[in-house]
Amino acid sequence: MKKKMNLLKLGWEILSKPAVHLSLGFLTISGFIAGVIFWGGFNTAMELTNTEEFCTGCHEMRDTPFMELQSTIHYSNRSGVRAICSDCHVPHNWSDKIARKMQASKEVWGKIFGTIDTREKFEAHRLQLAQNEWTRLKANDSLECRNCHEFDSMDFTRQSKRAAAQHSNALASGEKTCIDCHKGIAHKLPNMDGVRESTSPH
Amino acid sequence: MRATLINKASRNLMIFCMTAALAISSITWPLTATATEKVIDQAPQVATLRGTTPLNTEVTPPAMSKVENNDLKRQRDYPQQPPTIPHDISQYQLDKNFNKCMDCHSRKFADKAQAPAVSVTHYMNRDGDFLGEMSPRRYFCTQCHVHQLESEPLVENEFVDMEKIIRKAHELSK
Repeated sequence: MKKKMNLLKLGWEILSKPAVHLSLGFLTISGFIAGVIFWGGFNTAMELTNTEEFCTGCHEMRDTPFMELQSTIHYSNRSGVRAICSDCHVPHNWSDKIARKMQASKEVWGKIFGTIDTREKFEAHRLQLAQNEWTRLKANDSLECRNCHEFDSMDFTRQSKRAAAQHSNALASGEKTCIDCHKGIAHKLPNMDGVRESTSPH
Repeated sequence: MRATLINKASRNLMIFCMTAALAISSITWPLTATATEKVIDQAPQVATLRGTTPLNTEVTPPAMSKVENNDLKRQRDYPQQPPTIPHDISQYQLDKNFNKCMDCHSRKFADKAQAPAVSVTHYMNRDGDFLGEMSPRRYFCTQCHVHQLESEPLVENEFVDMEKIIRKAHELSK
């Protein structure tokens, strides 16, 4: 115990005393380089957790949400543009991304304790999981949708009559945001009893 | 003597077999010939989707047709006919959890969506009693309602409207 305290004391003395042999220039430049390496490494590591391989690395995501995604237009379509998990589920803006990644520690907890590790458990949590995402997208005005689907670039004349009517009224006026109507476009919807009237059996 | 007898018996049997074979082939040959001629030469409306392509060659399937998406009601051929769906429903979820059709066609959203609300028959159970909400036996819309393709019909439709038949019967009775 005393040895450890001595070691700590020594460390503190080294840190608290001014450098004797090293120049200020050396310390500044090497500090800068080390900072670049650390910052780059940090962001690279964080980007790794944004890849499809990472997300589908666990069976919880691979067997249900990823399987359901594959039949939708966001996975396979005529022009070959594709959205991966993080395009919709992780904000692109850095500070928002960090906030989301910190929230994800809850998901690590869930993974360790197997909150959704069977089909039945997943189905039991499906509504709650979906609602988390709906709340987030509603609060940020469907930011992740809008990263690709720019309102100003929409040509209403090339949309179907019904789509054009909804987009030029409810969406244009800001009364509705994307997620209000486009729920369940990438994954299957849970029983919506209590969320959307008349659409689900009791 | 015994040997010639056996020989004679076997010769008779052989002759019998040959005549029988000839007779059978003479009966079946024209039958099979006319059947194949019918398929190939008379070009039936739809033999199969592969048409007259021989069995040992791969048929090039026709390009997939576009789904009708004009939101225009089609005429019904008889009063009980379930209306066709005049729009694309390819990504619609219709399972035990959720019914995407009812997102617009339910009574509750008819005003906002301007979609025809499902008729009162959808609230009836098999005894004809009206339920407070959609009857489970009417839940899966695509059992009766189908979308349409922008393509030519494969076979000519010979359906005759009931009204036409009634009119004809009246004329005949005069």
